Amino acid sequence: MIEELLQSSPGWANFGIFFLLGAVLLLIVLGFVTYGILAERKVLGYMQLRHGPNQVGGKWGLLQTVADVLKLLLKEDIIPKAADKPLFIIAPVIAFAPSFMVLATMPFTDAFQFADIGVGLLYYIAVSGLTTFGMLLGGWASNNKYALLGGMRASAQMISYEIPLVMSVLGVILLTGSLNLNDMVEAQKHGWFILLQPIGFIIFFIASIAELNRTPFDLPESENELVAGYHVEYTGFRWAFFMLAEYVYLFAMSALITVVFLGGWLAPFGFLDFIPGAVWFAVKFSVVVFVYIWLRATLPRFRADKLMEFGWKVLLPIALANIFLTALIKSLFF
Amino acid sequence: MIRTEEMILNVGPQHPSTHGVFRLVVKIDGEIITEATPVIGYLHRGTEKLAEDLQYTQIIPYTDRMDYLSSMTNNYVICHAVETMMGIEVPERADFLRVIAMELNRIASHLVAWGTYILDLGATSPFIYAFRDREMIINMLNELSGARLTFNYMRVGGVKWDAPEGWIEKVGSFVPYLRGQLKGYHDLVSGNEIFLDRVKGIGRYTKEEALQYSLSGPNLRSTGVKWDLRKDEPYSVYNRFEFDVPTSEEGDCLARYHLRLAEIEQSLNILEQAVEQFPAEGPILAKVPKIIKAPKGEAFVRIESPRGEIGCYIYSDGKKEPYRLKFRRPSFYNLQILPKLLKGENIANMIAILGAVDIVLGEVDG
Repeated sequence: MIEELLQSSPGWANFGIFFLLGAVLLLIVLGFVTYGILAERKVLGYMQLRHGPNQVGGKWGLLQTVADVLKLLLKEDIIPKAADKPLFIIAPVIAFAPSFMVLATMPFTDAFQFADIGVGLLYYIAVSGLTTFGMLLGGWASNNKYALLGGMRASAQMISYEIPLVMSVLGVILLTGSLNLNDMVEAQKHGWFILLQPIGFIIFFIASIAELNRTPFDLPESENELVAGYHVEYTGFRWAFFMLAEYVYLFAMSALITVVFLGGWLAPFGFLDFIPGAVWFAVKFSVVVFVYIWLRATLPRFRADKLMEFGWKVLLPIALANIFLTALIKSLFF
Repeated sequence: MIRTEEMILNVGPQHPSTHGVFRLVVKIDGEIITEATPVIGYLHRGTEKLAEDLQYTQIIPYTDRMDYLSSMTNNYVICHAVETMMGIEVPERADFLRVIAMELNRIASHLVAWGTYILDLGATSPFIYAFRDREMIINMLNELSGARLTFNYMRVGGVKWDAPEGWIEKVGSFVPYLRGQLKGYHDLVSGNEIFLDRVKGIGRYTKEEALQYSLSGPNLRSTGVKWDLRKDEPYSVYNRFEFDVPTSEEGDCLARYHLRLAEIEQSLNILEQAVEQFPAEGPILAKVPKIIKAPKGEAFVRIESPRGEIGCYIYSDGKKEPYRLKFRRPSFYNLQILPKLLKGENIANMIAILGAVDIVLGEVDG
């Protein structure tokens, strides 16, 4: 359906439809962010012998995140005197805008996708890289030493981990023969890439945690060393934008892993086909999100220099070896 | 033209990982520390000066607030000093209650040290597990003394309250429980690669340096010096119990981490024996005069607190207040080696090293 609309001549009618669909996606994403944060707090709570939010909105704390966002909206917007004002204001926007842009190519089901472009995967990685600028700028513009250190760490970390991230999916690309995300899902009809590309998956997953700035790779905002890292001077809704970007990326990255390695909307076995693709996607997606939360509850944080070493000396060579191995197997057996 | 320069970074007094109101002024080149200067005194209450106007019993609550994680040992050291001066014989039952209280408090203190140390390294869950078990100890001590943290439990000549009914059995059943938990702690953290990366070989110093800086407690024993006052200069009834003094040769943060956990195990051993030998009957307070007057003269006693040797010096001119009172506060002495250890380390290591020294600011600042 979307494909036809894209081909049709532009007019108010299909503008309206696209606008509506965009609003729907926005609501889905914001709904995820709202309840993703709640889920994270609940899961972390139960893992840590606590209850998590349980006051606002019934015993499950269903309105906790809503209340938090309202509070952030009402907070005083402080811009430090010594800050570089224009950069300080624009940094959260730069961090946040790409996080929504990457969702455009994500095939949630075979029918629900906005832009079926040929280089979907490349688009995702390229656009998501822009967020680094937002963090670096935010850290720099705050004119705060902790923020500066956090910003530097953010850029160093995200640049180093983007490379193994790309390299690890090259194996998948070799097997699919395409950068298109739809083709990747189609190619997994007879076996998910998590089984065909286990090494690639593990590297991709580790690198994705670093990309998401989550524990154990949450160095840019490591509370115990840098207080809050690059967003230490941000308050109220500007701060919320950084956090929003982080959780939208969690959404996007989990969706990407689902699509690239877990077979997207496909059922794991043929006889389960009667369950709609959207359900399968949601289930796999939730599992990935849960693993991210689980890791956060379990692991301590890496040290900055070890992190770099790990990225360049461990992940990258293994990813390269994986590409070579995949190419060899493909040319010999397929 | 690119120009780089050193930058001065103020860590604390409001910082999540300085364990209170400790301030560290570090000069950093990138993330490498070239110079570190601790600034202390934000929690200074002048305990020693205040004590000069207080009767001996009145000083005890002030000692609670020095090392607030192990108030029992602080209580003990002041009572012990006065008892030594006056030559008071403490009843056996009181001595056992004191030892049980002190060892429980030592475990609680080490649990906090363990939990917050892992928290400093970025893992949040172990902190809460440690606090769950600490909470049980705190509740037990609460039943004993009526307070959760500032116990004010001991008196010159004994203790204030007898153990409530069933309390000793409760302590006895806590021992196997915590042993099981300790195993879980090791499973969760001790073998973790990321954790080992952060602490192995970090903040290393030698035996000689440790002695020169007058370190004590796990900070000293991590270099291989087998020195524990409970063993080497037994006080109270410690000579009746079998226990080891765990040491390590490494002298790094990992060694200190392991020593604290090993000391919890030894404290559990002591508790087990103390519960077994606990005298069924007897007074809990020796016959002491209503108003305690230490005889003219001076005395210095030292005992093993969770953080090291805590000492108490009293100079008395025969009045009911001390003429001069001085505490040897182990955190303060242990802290002195910090600038030396931090030189050349990066910021992440700074947190790991500071956490492994395990300071309590109430004690550092006195």
